[in-house]
Amino acid sequence: MRWTLIIAAATPLMLASPAMAQTDPPAMQMPGPTSPPQTHAPNAAEDEGEPDHAQMDHGPMDHGAVDPDAMDADATDAGAMDHSQMDHSQMDHGAAAEAVGDEPAPAAPSDYAAERFYSAEEMAAARRQLRREHGGAIVSNLMADIAEFQLGDDETRFHWEGEGWIGGDINRFVLKTEGEAGEDDVESAEVQALYSRAIGPYFDLQAGVRYDIEPSPHRAYAVLGFEGVAPYWFETTGALFVSDQGEVSARLEGSYDARLTQRLILQPRAEINVSADDVAERAMGSGLTDVELGLRLRYDITRNVSPYIGVSYETKLGDTADYARAAGEDESDARFVAGVRARF
Amino acid sequence: MFSRRRLLHGAGALSAGLVAARALPAWAQTHAHGLAPTLPTLRGEEIALNVARMHLNVDGRAGHAIGVNGTAPAPLIRLREGQNVRLTVNNALDEETSIHWHGLILPFQMDGVPGVSFPGIRAGESFTYEFPVRQSGTYWYHSHSGLQEQEGHYGPIVIDPAGHDPIAYDREHVIVLSDFSFLHPHTIFARLKQEPGHFNMQRETILGALSGRDPPLADQMEWAAMRMDPTDISDVTGSTYTFLINGHGPADNWTGLFQPGERVRLRFINAAAMTIFNVRIPGLPFTIVQADGQNVKPVTVDEFQISVAETYDVIVEPREDRAFTLVAEAVDRSGMGRATLAPRAGMSADVPPLRARPRATMRDMGMDMSGMTMAWPGAEQSSGDMAGMDHGNMDMGNMDMGGMDMGGMDMSMRNPENAPQVTMGPGVQTIAPMPVDRMGERGQGLEDVAHRVLVYTDLEALEANPDMRTPTRSLELHLTGNMERFMWSFDGERFSEVTEPIPFRRDERVRVTLVNDSMMAHPIHLHGHFFELLTGPEGKRPRKHTVNVLPGGKVTFDLTADAPGDWAFHCHMLYHMHAGMFRVVTVRPLDETRA
Repeated sequence: MRWTLIIAAATPLMLASPAMAQTDPPAMQMPGPTSPPQTHAPNAAEDEGEPDHAQMDHGPMDHGAVDPDAMDADATDAGAMDHSQMDHSQMDHGAAAEAVGDEPAPAAPSDYAAERFYSAEEMAAARRQLRREHGGAIVSNLMADIAEFQLGDDETRFHWEGEGWIGGDINRFVLKTEGEAGEDDVESAEVQALYSRAIGPYFDLQAGVRYDIEPSPHRAYAVLGFEGVAPYWFETTGALFVSDQGEVSARLEGSYDARLTQRLILQPRAEINVSADDVAERAMGSGLTDVELGLRLRYDITRNVSPYIGVSYETKLGDTADYARAAGEDESDARFVAGVRARF
Repeated sequence: MFSRRRLLHGAGALSAGLVAARALPAWAQTHAHGLAPTLPTLRGEEIALNVARMHLNVDGRAGHAIGVNGTAPAPLIRLREGQNVRLTVNNALDEETSIHWHGLILPFQMDGVPGVSFPGIRAGESFTYEFPVRQSGTYWYHSHSGLQEQEGHYGPIVIDPAGHDPIAYDREHVIVLSDFSFLHPHTIFARLKQEPGHFNMQRETILGALSGRDPPLADQMEWAAMRMDPTDISDVTGSTYTFLINGHGPADNWTGLFQPGERVRLRFINAAAMTIFNVRIPGLPFTIVQADGQNVKPVTVDEFQISVAETYDVIVEPREDRAFTLVAEAVDRSGMGRATLAPRAGMSADVPPLRARPRATMRDMGMDMSGMTMAWPGAEQSSGDMAGMDHGNMDMGNMDMGGMDMGGMDMSMRNPENAPQVTMGPGVQTIAPMPVDRMGERGQGLEDVAHRVLVYTDLEALEANPDMRTPTRSLELHLTGNMERFMWSFDGERFSEVTEPIPFRRDERVRVTLVNDSMMAHPIHLHGHFFELLTGPEGKRPRKHTVNVLPGGKVTFDLTADAPGDWAFHCHMLYHMHAGMFRVVTVRPLDETRA
């Protein structure tokens, strides 16, 4: 049972992994045909630095395949080109008649021209800054996705879910928190501290720790999860948790922004929790433990401040529902919610 | 009877007007009488520029800006071909600054890019640029430090030819187009990273589909399936930008004067951080006479698209005694810059409404095959319609295209085999499977307008190209990005992770092809050089310093690497560059004797 659940929880991770499988082919030029170089031969110094010809191997480029370059010539250079000749040199230019040479690129120099005029030390510092300012920026984000009052039959509760991150494009530090407070006390509160790494255009892999401040007894967990955007722009998050007591559980969340107008957005949202273990002291059965479904209608006053109203339905399932019934609690609960989504 | 409130309002407007007047250089002040070549401005061999923080008044609201000599945009620098110039830049900011002379041919150590050409100008220090002026035409200058360009740190340069100017005109106006935000540029950048489409307030909606204003939901879902937004035309839009003409907002209505019957030369410079403009003057055709400072054979159009960092000089000949509205419409139609040409101050003409926002097409994904005689089930020939196509996996394996075997060709949107040199990582969202040369195509949103629109293939150099050798090698570079993560790069690598420059041999001639694998346009600028676009008659090809590569398209140019040194090479969309779409180009050897 436990392993089935682990596999189930890990499936989204595996689905995300093809993005990780990235090929990293060597840099390759596309040399033209074999017309002799027209100008000066590279001098000896340049020869030394010439790229290895193996790097220009046409092997990876399937000549059996149609070259898109040659094909669009059809559109731009009608008639001037023999289409049966699918040579890579047949670039689609009006001037296809001239034969561009196939000299290799020179080796990249190792010196910095500006150091002839300015202090090497100052230039080195300026280069470090240049890198930071051209792709190396550190950015942060702090977002309360849900901060809402939930109006039920018996009491009003406050529910929150928020996330912050700081870092570059690939590596980030992520903090997540969510929880629920009744009128008298905080019923549940968890915090996750995660290292997040971009593993594809749309998905991040996340690993770290989770700590439940409430309920008692406290728990600490190891977390392995993912976060990203699935096709159709479904925001998805999934995580596998292993507690300090060895209990294994998983959570899958998804939401979708249905844009009614530029500013009025209807957001269905779902969260599913599963547990591999029966944890009596936390009133959690094994198997599917609970499902939370929400529908929230928000208005973007700006993209950073969006008040909303909606409904939230939560139901405990299986053994977890039995625990709830035994404790005299409702196993399911529908609530009206009102809150604000905010980016700081 | 005057209310006290109205009086106060009037006084406020008056003082705001005075502030604005002080903050703008003479050439940019409204009711400018035009710049006769003899008008005083910053000129001569010794020019002093002081870079400092200031307030810029835009449509009655004051924002933070960086100005030069107390003005934003910065003063016009007017030079003459053949002179020498010493420009001493004093940095009165509390941060580093720099000035890059955009389009000027000069020694690399004077090019003004911190970390490439020099160390930058530290706070409180000054730096003297000194170089001979070897060219003529319309250019500009701007900061190459941080994101200062967004804050107003840019100005025009006009260089008069040493000899006879082949362009005849009675009067001229410099028209500096730009975008201004009351948000700090670092905030804009953070928003782009935090939330894709943050500034796009023109998305397709469900109500839009139901009312028929937007395409049907099924069509919208096709795009959603690909995690692509066809309305993502500009990253930063009129939702935060006010579009400026000579530092004036649309309500400020900068006005340039003319006498009916005059030939008026308008020197357009797109100094915007992120905005491509579509420019027109309803009722007045443009005769394009110069592009990027290089004279071209006159070509008459009704509208032209000017990408970021490009310049166009045009001649207009207003004959009627009336006002004309100059419209610089943002490419995504989220707003416009507006100015007036009029015989007298205080006149205005109708301002046309914003036209419908363009929508990206299959062509913008580098997937349009309408140029070929083929069809597949469900596909429509119109490039804008994607109904019925399965984009997830467009397997064309068994398709016979008039004898051409398509076996092995993969039309998926992110196939590394379609760009083997690209490092595939999180920063690469798409690889255009079939990028086409789009130099003969109108820019986004102008495909269907009913009047004449300039395209690159209309351009033909007036003077013979200086170097007509056939290139000895070719070089392909891919413009890559991920709109979801706001990552931008060349060949999949942001500058921060690149270890080597792009090397050229001195004086070699190279055929460079830029392939745009992304769905955004990229104005690519090479410092220190002009290159010849591969269009037009041989020897008369248009020479440019910045070329706009349309989404899913490609551009080819021939470059003579005749300027030894290290040079910046980058996308001129400021936040694309800041995100990593930047490279250093080296030209070696540095010493002539070693060549």
